[in-house]
Amino acid sequence: MPEKKLPRPAGTGRKRPAAARLRLGVQLGWSALTNGYLAGFVQGKIYTGPAKSLCVPGLNCYSCPGALGACPLGALQATVGSAGYQMAFYAVGFLMAVGAVLGRFVCGFLCPFGLVQDLLYRIPLPGKKKKGKLLPGDRVLRKARYVLLVVFCLLLPMAAVDVVGQGSPWFCQYVCPSGTLLGSVPLLTANAALRSAIGPLWVWKMALMAVLLALGTLYYRPFCRYLCPLGAVYGLFNPVSLYKIRVDEAACIRCGRCRAICGFDIPVWQRPNSPECIRCGRCVEACPTGALRMGFSVHRRPTRYDLAP
Amino acid sequence: MSARGKNLAAAGLLALGLGMMALGLWRGEATVVWRKAAQICLECIGLA
Repeated sequence: MPEKKLPRPAGTGRKRPAAARLRLGVQLGWSALTNGYLAGFVQGKIYTGPAKSLCVPGLNCYSCPGALGACPLGALQATVGSAGYQMAFYAVGFLMAVGAVLGRFVCGFLCPFGLVQDLLYRIPLPGKKKKGKLLPGDRVLRKARYVLLVVFCLLLPMAAVDVVGQGSPWFCQYVCPSGTLLGSVPLLTANAALRSAIGPLWVWKMALMAVLLALGTLYYRPFCRYLCPLGAVYGLFNPVSLYKIRVDEAACIRCGRCRAICGFDIPVWQRPNSPECIRCGRCVEACPTGALRMGFSVHRRPTRYDLAP
Repeated sequence: MSARGKNLAAAGLLALGLGMMALGLWRGEATVVWRKAAQICLECIGLA
């Protein structure tokens, strides 16, 4: 008896599937909504209204001229480094609440710097498909984001303080490429006074950003996978977050298409809620039997496999 | 852990997170965040 031919899964053809278009729409819409202070881009200034005390979920520099909210990592460092506070209940509570509900869905849908990397990875470059998906030394490198979280976002801002007890936001200062791209570039473009203050630190941050953006054309979201402390936090919540991927064991045929299409090479049928997963949903689209389900609901949808003749 | 257990854990973490946010607001941490976010962060843009 001939084997039943599976229908071609979505996400493997030339046309981008509806879910991917929807995700891009959400990314663009959210980034525009939370960076909607257009006057800032023209005048080289930032928004200073009361909304700036509210955190947004993604890595969105509050010195982006359009930013209407605060970056949660910046908020964390500002509070733990502030004399008289040391503990950041507001920022940590925000990260915990968002992580418990969404996990790294934030990375896949609500992060402007994630959107930038997604767009960069679309650039067709020769030889791109022949190389591996992950950087050499991936197993070690991907622990760097936890080191950056603990050392640069917590310990150094708390411990390395000036004479009045004020710490610096070490991650923002020495690493964050989102601040460089979304804050520094547009602000300095429109503000001559700021341009006159350019020094070695700015050169370092621009060089780091350039390297990460260049890598982003070859590898899928290298900053998210290796360096982002915000992704590290949300990733810890992935196994329990209310928004998750579920595998229907009965329907899964372990064909490996989910892993093949995953930018991070995750064997989704084995580790659907891996801390690396950013919930982009490409695996769900690619699954030929509909065994993968992503969302808040536990119900299994009718599958293409069920409907195949 | 069962699916129900994970959902309960998530609900507990959500409640804890919201409680911590409330505590932070009571301590005036939102003002600290606003003071930082409403000025150009020279560290963030690589100028300090």
